[in-house]
Amino acid sequence: MQYQFNWIASVTGEPGRWLWEGFVTTIEISFIGIFFAMVLGIIVCVLRMTRFKPFVWISAAYTEFFRNTPLLVQIFFWYFGAGVILPESLNNWINQLYYWFPGPFSLGGSQFEGQWMLFSSESASVIIALSVYTSAFIAEEIRAGIFSIPKNQLEASRATGLNFLQAYRFVILPQAIRIVIPPLISQFLNLIKNSSLAMAIGVTELAYQATQIESYHGLAFEGFTVVTLIYLAISLVISFAINMYNKHFMLQVKY
Amino acid sequence: MIWDNLDYFLWGAAKLTNTFPYVKNIGGLAASIVLAVIGIFGAFWLGLLAGLMRISRNKISKYSAMVYIEVVRGTPLLMLIFWFFFLAPILLGRTLPSFESSLIAFIVFTSAYIAEIVRAGVNALPSGQMEAARGSGLSHVQAMRFVILPQALRNMIPSFVNQFVSLTKDTSLAYIIGVNELMRTAVQVDNRETRISFEIYITIAILYFVVCYILTSYSRSLEKKISRYQARDR
Repeated sequence: MQYQFNWIASVTGEPGRWLWEGFVTTIEISFIGIFFAMVLGIIVCVLRMTRFKPFVWISAAYTEFFRNTPLLVQIFFWYFGAGVILPESLNNWINQLYYWFPGPFSLGGSQFEGQWMLFSSESASVIIALSVYTSAFIAEEIRAGIFSIPKNQLEASRATGLNFLQAYRFVILPQAIRIVIPPLISQFLNLIKNSSLAMAIGVTELAYQATQIESYHGLAFEGFTVVTLIYLAISLVISFAINMYNKHFMLQVKY
Repeated sequence: MIWDNLDYFLWGAAKLTNTFPYVKNIGGLAASIVLAVIGIFGAFWLGLLAGLMRISRNKISKYSAMVYIEVVRGTPLLMLIFWFFFLAPILLGRTLPSFESSLIAFIVFTSAYIAEIVRAGVNALPSGQMEAARGSGLSHVQAMRFVILPQALRNMIPSFVNQFVSLTKDTSLAYIIGVNELMRTAVQVDNRETRISFEIYITIAILYFVVCYILTSYSRSLEKKISRYQARDR
């Protein structure tokens, strides 16, 4: 085993540009995904907690189905499979999304040539898959958080004359949010890590760039190490933030 | 069309009439489950080790376990799979079959999560248990072995089942380095037959769902059953 490490070549020149591009794409996909996942997750959770039985069944089925199927299958489904259930014209429009933002554009101070990858149909289906998948987990986290508030809190606040919405707004949610935020942030973290699966359908995010460096220079070891370190840096920064948050706020929740 | 390929989805190209000699050809859902079962078994022991190191008083083992757990948990599974796939030629001088290298990645990845479960499970036991065990004359290791771990592990069984569920889902990532598991059989069939992608991906999603949902509901019922026998403070 005589392997010459070449760290410089894996982060400079062409690979360096790819890495930056991949980093930006990963962050963009993740943040858009997190936004939609939160919106969907809150909707599903609210539906789950209503008294109207069909809503409860639908949202329960949604959560169970998307939690118990692999993300990769979902990505492939949205990318290859979902096309046939859409109308022809909508389908064509989605496939042409790639050409919507042509030409060079700058982002974060660096110039990108070609199209805005984000709006390709690939990244659209990845964003759909990521946000649907994560929203199922988020709905469960929020529900668990709200249920962890003792039931007599609701009863007591109802008894003091608040109506149902007011009780939630002023008594239950302020407490629940504190409990829910740390697991929510770790779901965001999972989403960022899961966005690496986007490479399976050819979105040029970080993991894809690692394979590109591998095939360009043959620097498999270096490329994957660098990309792993970038992911690690992202998640360590975020989990550090969670720990700080816990230190500041968690102690105040007492019953 | 799906019906014709269903046996391929379920066990790949293996001849089930004579399973054992052909076990190398096993594919589809069967291969996913084999990966998940061996993976969870390996990850249990590695995770138990890492978890116990994480809660030990020895600074070196504590911090090395902490670094291990944080690094693995902060890395996407896909990167780990690539790592072991591309690292093997450098370390061993020969390529490792993709089945084995993805298995190593699964074990390493899941063990970090199991280590955290072990840590939480041991910490959840009332400290009186340890004190009582030490007081009755057992050494620290003996107390761990005969008093703490049997209780802690029993409480952790639902979490292990959940981890098994997520590992079963994660085995689909082995598709990317070419293991012939359920995801890959789906893509193969998708490439062979045109225009039925929708049905194919729905089918394998349902296959994964059935396996995972059974396990999830099982873990939920276990959780209810176990919570009655837990040792608690007060």
